[in-house]
Amino acid sequence: MVGIAELRVAALGYRIRTSGLGSCIGLTLFDPIARIAGLVHVMLPTIVDMVRASEPINRAKYADTGVPDLIEAMKKLGAKQARFEAKMAGGAQMFAVGKNQPERLRIGERNIEACKKVLREQHIRLIAEDTGGIYGRTIEIDAGTGRLMIRSVSHGIKEI
Amino acid sequence: MKDPYTFQEIEIDVLREIGNIGAAHAATSLSTLLGVRIDMEVPRANVVGFEEITNQVGGPEAVVVAVFLQVVGEAPGNLFFLLEFDVAIKLLRHLPLSEEIGSAPMRETTIQNGTITRIVSLSDLERSAISEIGNIMAGSYLASLADFTKLHLEPTTPMFTVDMAGAILAYGLIQIGNMGDQALLIETSFFDGDEAIKGHFFFIPEPESLPIIFRSLGIGSA
Repeated sequence: MVGIAELRVAALGYRIRTSGLGSCIGLTLFDPIARIAGLVHVMLPTIVDMVRASEPINRAKYADTGVPDLIEAMKKLGAKQARFEAKMAGGAQMFAVGKNQPERLRIGERNIEACKKVLREQHIRLIAEDTGGIYGRTIEIDAGTGRLMIRSVSHGIKEI
Repeated sequence: MKDPYTFQEIEIDVLREIGNIGAAHAATSLSTLLGVRIDMEVPRANVVGFEEITNQVGGPEAVVVAVFLQVVGEAPGNLFFLLEFDVAIKLLRHLPLSEEIGSAPMRETTIQNGTITRIVSLSDLERSAISEIGNIMAGSYLASLADFTKLHLEPTTPMFTVDMAGAILAYGLIQIGNMGDQALLIETSFFDGDEAIKGHFFFIPEPESLPIIFRSLGIGSA
């Protein structure tokens, strides 16, 4: 179980799950040879948004620090970055945003873009995604197969 | 810089009172609407982590009906009115509307990959009825908050959705999330005599709003 702004890695025989993804992104990495998977629950696009420097920084909360940290955690378990396959889900727009709503409410789209940018920079292939929409998701990755199960209250269960 | 989430006892009392006054007016509205007696729990004002915030409504995956509005003006914040899905259905049945309300097939059970999952949906009429109740509740909460604090507070257009509690509440925490991993949550629950209708208000003031609220009520440094 991965909470908001947390990350976990696991090996064959385990599943990693995070629930209630709205505008947040659940990004998973999988090494099909080592059979190691990781999941990070990203809340915001960039650590640059961090306003109050006095607080301890939770790197897993931001796409631009959480994803690189997940890569490192995977490597520590013996996974190889060149083999990584990424999947992601989430980034929804939970409430319709009207014209008078501030840009910062379009956080879902910004999170999706930020995650893709980090993956490009790290030369990791994004092989599947279930992002956007207006509904929340719970996801679970099987560390043995890399299969990602996605559940939502309006669309049921699917697998990518 | 002073930690905005460290409070004196009197400040905690004030925050609870805010939850009390807001929800009391809203509960009266609901009581009038449904013709049933509505009681309230003692409000809680707690600094909570992201994970704890959904505990009151059954965890991050609990399906809830939510009305969300942003409070703009002198003390900005986010206000949620949440009903568990099954509670919302019960509430619909209390309404003096057509027979179809609350009895339509709102839940389908499907089996995929051997797992049983419940897909929830509401008809347009049900959606708009619940949404309107939520708007009334949230609006009345905010109006009494503005009265009490004498602050200029206005709601944005209320937004409505039915989804997982975690997905919904995290959305309102995003701006707080820019700053820290915690938020001040002023929470009031209410229920009718047999607890059949239980709802929750979550008011999450932005950290900068707190000194303003305290000052408006005559406590803290001017």
